[in-house]
Amino acid sequence: MTSDQQAILDIRGLTVRLPARADRGNAIENVSFSVLPHEILCVVGESGSGKSVTAHTVMGLLPPKQLTATAGQVLLQGDDLLKKTPGEMRALRGARMSMIFQEPMTALNPLMSIGDQIEEILQIHTQMSAAESHGRMIEVMEAVKLPEPERLIHSYPHQISGGQRQRVMIAGALALEPILLIADEPTTALDVTTQAQILKLIKDIQRTHGTAVLFITHDFGVVAEIADRVVVMQHGLVVEQGEAKNVLTNPQHPYTRMLISSVPSMTPPKRPDTAAAPVVLETQALCKTYADRSLFRAARETRAAHNVDLTVRRGETLGVVGESGSGKSTLARCIVRLIDPTGGQILIDGHDIAGLSERRLRENRRLVQIIFQDPYRSLNPRRTVKASIIEGPMNFGVSKAEALTRASDLMTLVGLDPDALDRFPHQFSGGQRQRICIARALAMNPEVLIADEAVSALDVSVQAQVLELLDDVRKRFNLAILFITHDLRVAAQICDRIAVMYKGEIVEHGKAAEVFGTPSHDYTQALFNAAPGRDFEFGNFASA
Amino acid sequence: MLAFIAKRMVAIIPVMGVVALFVFLMLRLSPGDPASIIAGDYASPADIERIREQLGLNAPIPVQFGKWLWTLAHGDLGISIFTNLPVSKLIAQRIEPTLMLASTTLVFAVLVAVPLGIIAAWKAGTWIDRAIMIFAVAGFSIPVFVLGYILIFQFSLELRWFPVQGYTSPFVDFWKFLRHITLPTVTLSVIYIALITRITRASVIEVMEEDYIRTARAKGQSERIVLMRHALKNAAVPIITVIGLGVALLIGGVVITESVYNIPGLGRLVVDAILKRDYPIIQGLILVFSLVYVMVNLLVDIIYTLVDPRIRY
Repeated sequence: MTSDQQAILDIRGLTVRLPARADRGNAIENVSFSVLPHEILCVVGESGSGKSVTAHTVMGLLPPKQLTATAGQVLLQGDDLLKKTPGEMRALRGARMSMIFQEPMTALNPLMSIGDQIEEILQIHTQMSAAESHGRMIEVMEAVKLPEPERLIHSYPHQISGGQRQRVMIAGALALEPILLIADEPTTALDVTTQAQILKLIKDIQRTHGTAVLFITHDFGVVAEIADRVVVMQHGLVVEQGEAKNVLTNPQHPYTRMLISSVPSMTPPKRPDTAAAPVVLETQALCKTYADRSLFRAARETRAAHNVDLTVRRGETLGVVGESGSGKSTLARCIVRLIDPTGGQILIDGHDIAGLSERRLRENRRLVQIIFQDPYRSLNPRRTVKASIIEGPMNFGVSKAEALTRASDLMTLVGLDPDALDRFPHQFSGGQRQRICIARALAMNPEVLIADEAVSALDVSVQAQVLELLDDVRKRFNLAILFITHDLRVAAQICDRIAVMYKGEIVEHGKAAEVFGTPSHDYTQALFNAAPGRDFEFGNFASA
Repeated sequence: MLAFIAKRMVAIIPVMGVVALFVFLMLRLSPGDPASIIAGDYASPADIERIREQLGLNAPIPVQFGKWLWTLAHGDLGISIFTNLPVSKLIAQRIEPTLMLASTTLVFAVLVAVPLGIIAAWKAGTWIDRAIMIFAVAGFSIPVFVLGYILIFQFSLELRWFPVQGYTSPFVDFWKFLRHITLPTVTLSVIYIALITRITRASVIEVMEEDYIRTARAKGQSERIVLMRHALKNAAVPIITVIGLGVALLIGGVVITESVYNIPGLGRLVVDAILKRDYPIIQGLILVFSLVYVMVNLLVDIIYTLVDPRIRY
């Protein structure tokens, strides 16, 4: 940082108070950092770190009466934003500083056309004629590389892809050439290949327009990809800041060291050979086709999964990676028979369960258990943890006393206090809930455990712990695990073998080290090239 | 879209068939006998038997139902037992006041309730919001006939602003029509206003929490336009749903309101017919009401597609 450059955004000693009875007094406390012209500053932190609150304070978008800035200054080119009236803030928002958000689907008004939503910002802040604002709109849409802008302006958000939606958001945000762009997790909800494109777009725009960017993320891969400087936040405090290279390679604060150490490596570790173990789960030409039939026209078919052949051996983890819509979750749900496959076989210990009747299937339900992505929604909020865990075994004739003993053993195993069995899910954190879900699955003594994006909703430090737990139970119970994920880093760390899914089919399949080392299929290569921070080896500072 | 409407129109036929069956069976199962009512208090059992025979009420139930369906299939609602007039003619004579009352009520209720709900949502948590919600709860709680008589007492008898009872067609004298229809409209509207206000408030409050509202604010849009341009249209679908469902409520309310204000509409016709067990009239009216309800629901589904581009049939 050179001192002669005036900062675009300078935050000094900012404190935002939480409402009474929150778990801490202030959402953020004494936060100071600045964003210089022509730079991308990344604010990193886990959920609850206060990074979004900081961004919303700058924009003046804090929910009124709930969160209030009580101390400090927010200087936009030397002008204190905290002293502005609501009217003055409105004039600045969208014109001199813009913001884009995490989930472009919900951030766009579903009932307004794309064009109206981009043009709105010109109508608010300028006196442009209809022709002028139309021209400018097309111009920014071309700048963010939206295809066929003249046609697209009449579309609605649900008619375009996720990446295009985020481009629309960016087009609107850039329409008036703001000096500051705030991006709040703008690529978190996107697929990895789309994410790579959007990151590149933000970087290009920042270079060509000289916009200062405040980029909020939880993902160190993204930081390595895009940041000039980094601010690390924890529990509402800035714990470390500096040049991106320095922070990533030589973190000083213990929390930063822990965070960076938790980022899984893209290089798979050496794992024991499992080729000799017996096959527990095998699918043969498994298909799931959704048909939309109508009386008046030909049926429209969607092949969600097509001719999927895979095997999982005892004590081994098979990773299925792919982007949204690739069919990986459909595959998982078919194997658990939550949905019925339309073709092929699912062999569990050599017995086909693909075509079993509901009644015959119920006897086999115990064998395959699944853990879902969102631990907040996969536990019944009105039932105690105990009730959730013992229900399965008791359905299979285990006595209540025995099920309870097993439940409390499992709680210890997953690292929770058995005394907590009488509590309700909301009394646990996200990571703890996922541990409960694992305990619930294990209570059934399954042969196969399916983890469907089981760590995707978790913070990176918690994610590392849950991954460790999963690997531990695999060894302990000699389980076959089918691990579904979109996150290549996670897959590299936990899987023995990897299957890459694309448009419902498995396009590549092999040992983790081979797939990661020498990907052969074009799509796999594209996927790996898109992974943020792929060239950056995150150090392990845990022992240091 | 046209294919959808056509499909729904065709689907109305079996729906009406099921309604017809139920209406018919319910009436035959309920106590009371039109023949003994026609015959009067001093009739002998033989007289009653003769009248039953004349009216065809002695035939087996399936035969009676079959006969009725046959006439229905020819677009004929049958002949009233008491007046010997065609049911369709009786309904045609009485339908105008009811249609007028239902429409004024619907329009009045929506015009009052939607703004009230928006104001309550806008001022959520303040005394204005609370006052509106108290009014809404009160509106739910007060029976139509109680409210009707209170209004008549206050505005007709005490203040003499409006006539006590009766009806004038707007095609005869529009001013007189307005004077006659005002109190019944207010009476019938209250429960409807309460319902729509609550839904509007809840729906707007929910929408104001959405991400795209935050986006609109981030664009520098003023709060008023955020509400009018971004929030209202998104809040509309549940409001329209309730307005549509409420038409059923309206039909029930019309019957009572017409009795209170002595309006010669379908409500009065149905009450009289029930008291006299005039089966053809009751059956015909329920079929007409059901048809209206089904058509309103179709209309609601069509309006959805105009509001929300994501809804396509």
